[in-house]
Amino acid sequence: MSTTEFEARLRAALHPVEPPEDFAVRLERGLVELHEMATDELEAWELSAMRDPRNWARPAAAAVVGTGAGAALFVLRARARHRRRRAQSANVLDLAERTVRDLADEARRLLPGGD
Amino acid sequence: MSDSQNLSKPDLDRSFSELYRTHLGDVYSYAYYRVGNHHDAEDLTEQTFLQAYRHYERALRESDGRPLRPWLIRIAHNLAANYYRDRARRPESAIEDAAVISAPHTTETLVEGREELEQILAGVQQLPDDRREALIMRFALGMDNREIARALGRSDGATKVLLHRAIKQLEGIVGENGGGPAAEEDRAR
Repeated sequence: MSTTEFEARLRAALHPVEPPEDFAVRLERGLVELHEMATDELEAWELSAMRDPRNWARPAAAAVVGTGAGAALFVLRARARHRRRRAQSANVLDLAERTVRDLADEARRLLPGGD
Repeated sequence: MSDSQNLSKPDLDRSFSELYRTHLGDVYSYAYYRVGNHHDAEDLTEQTFLQAYRHYERALRESDGRPLRPWLIRIAHNLAANYYRDRARRPESAIEDAAVISAPHTTETLVEGREELEQILAGVQQLPDDRREALIMRFALGMDNREIARALGRSDGATKVLLHRAIKQLEGIVGENGGGPAAEEDRAR
């Protein structure tokens, strides 16, 4: 077998791998839905925030993440982690603690210079 | 100055969405061959796009119109390195579904062909990281030398040498295991 033939077989061995269909669909649908959700939520907050002091103390994560796909990805990521946390948690209180800790970590990662 | 500096937020999001759709398969393929299973490949792919979004505006500005695929793959490459460092592991043999042969074959040639491709895949896993990655980028993603060079942060010349050496080493590994050009030459003597 020549090197050229070997390269052809290497190309056959390392064929492109498509993501599982449910993963691609899930990721895409999640991005779209969450993008809309985040945009709606932000608009509602902008309207009410200046009038109602109770809204000034909204979770820091929502404020720092902002709009658009950033928020969408943030929520998507948080949801994925939620599934993992649920599997790991001993009880509801433990799950709640893990959730709060995880959301704070994710918000820090998304802050400019938050690495 | 790049046009990206004038993009509105919705335009940036649309542009990112297009990048995501165009390169989801590339990132997933790369991740899959790096980590060896679908579960971790999904996680790595998701993290790659999350990171990419965070730095997208700057990347667009600095790319000066060049394709962003090498930048995306570089993110996946860095995340994969962290993945191994954090968990102190390498891919377990073990690409889950090894190779699939799509062309019609007889049962016998199909089995022989599959075994050969599995040997090649196993050989790829034995290569040093940089050589393995270069081969994945070239053969699984179809990247050219320049793209691979950008993804790996090397010069075009160094990348060409890296690919050449990777193929030669892989031929040797596969040959030792009873396949490939080296083994066939030995058998012919």
